Amino acid sequence: MTASCCAKSAEVMLPACSGGSNAGRLTNQAAVELTREGFGALFCLAGNEGGLSGFVESAQDVHRVVFDGCPVGCAKAIVARAAITPAISVVVTDPGIDKIKDSCLSFDADAFDTVKRAACDGVPSGRAGFPFPCSGESRA
Amino acid sequence: MEILVLGPGCKKCCDTERLVREVVEETGVDATVAKIADLQQIVRMGVFATPAVAVDGKVKCVGKVPSKADVASWLVG
Repeated sequence: MTASCCAKSAEVMLPACSGGSNAGRLTNQAAVELTREGFGALFCLAGNEGGLSGFVESAQDVHRVVFDGCPVGCAKAIVARAAITPAISVVVTDPGIDKIKDSCLSFDADAFDTVKRAACDGVPSGRAGFPFPCSGESRA
Repeated sequence: MEILVLGPGCKKCCDTERLVREVVEETGVDATVAKIADLQQIVRMGVFATPAVAVDGKVKCVGKVPSKADVASWLVG
């Protein structure tokens, strides 16, 4: 891994609920793809929920786009527990995408694009970047 | 007390390390100060930006040079 010094904070953090449904998986994939595109940085919600200080401190003073699969809002609640208000809350089911709890965990390209667009629409241009660049390792 | 200054080594990182050492000396706190430049180690602590400072394993600030008052409060607070 390489990085310029100092590694500037990503201005957009992307915590996703990554829950156990098609909608939850969509949130994770949207955050991954937006990170790869340089829009922001995939953020470890588990670290935040665990109260691990590095994650909690890193989530301060940045723009946050919080992805939830459904209105239950688990990701939003976790972020709120750290006394952090999401700048934008994106809920997959809001635009009419169905949440389906089956073993397929699949979503279509239109749904994926809709969710990504919802995240991008609310963020001022020029805010972007992952703090540490891609190491060149293969993508999963 | 173990204090880690996390950062690859630019001016801000060096300023932070110098500041922390100054405060340790001025307060007389029994502490060791170490500079961590290895990014793998930094990332393992969940830190997304540098410089950062950790005291006894707890990250206190990320992505900025802390104030002298902040550092003092971490050491003696």
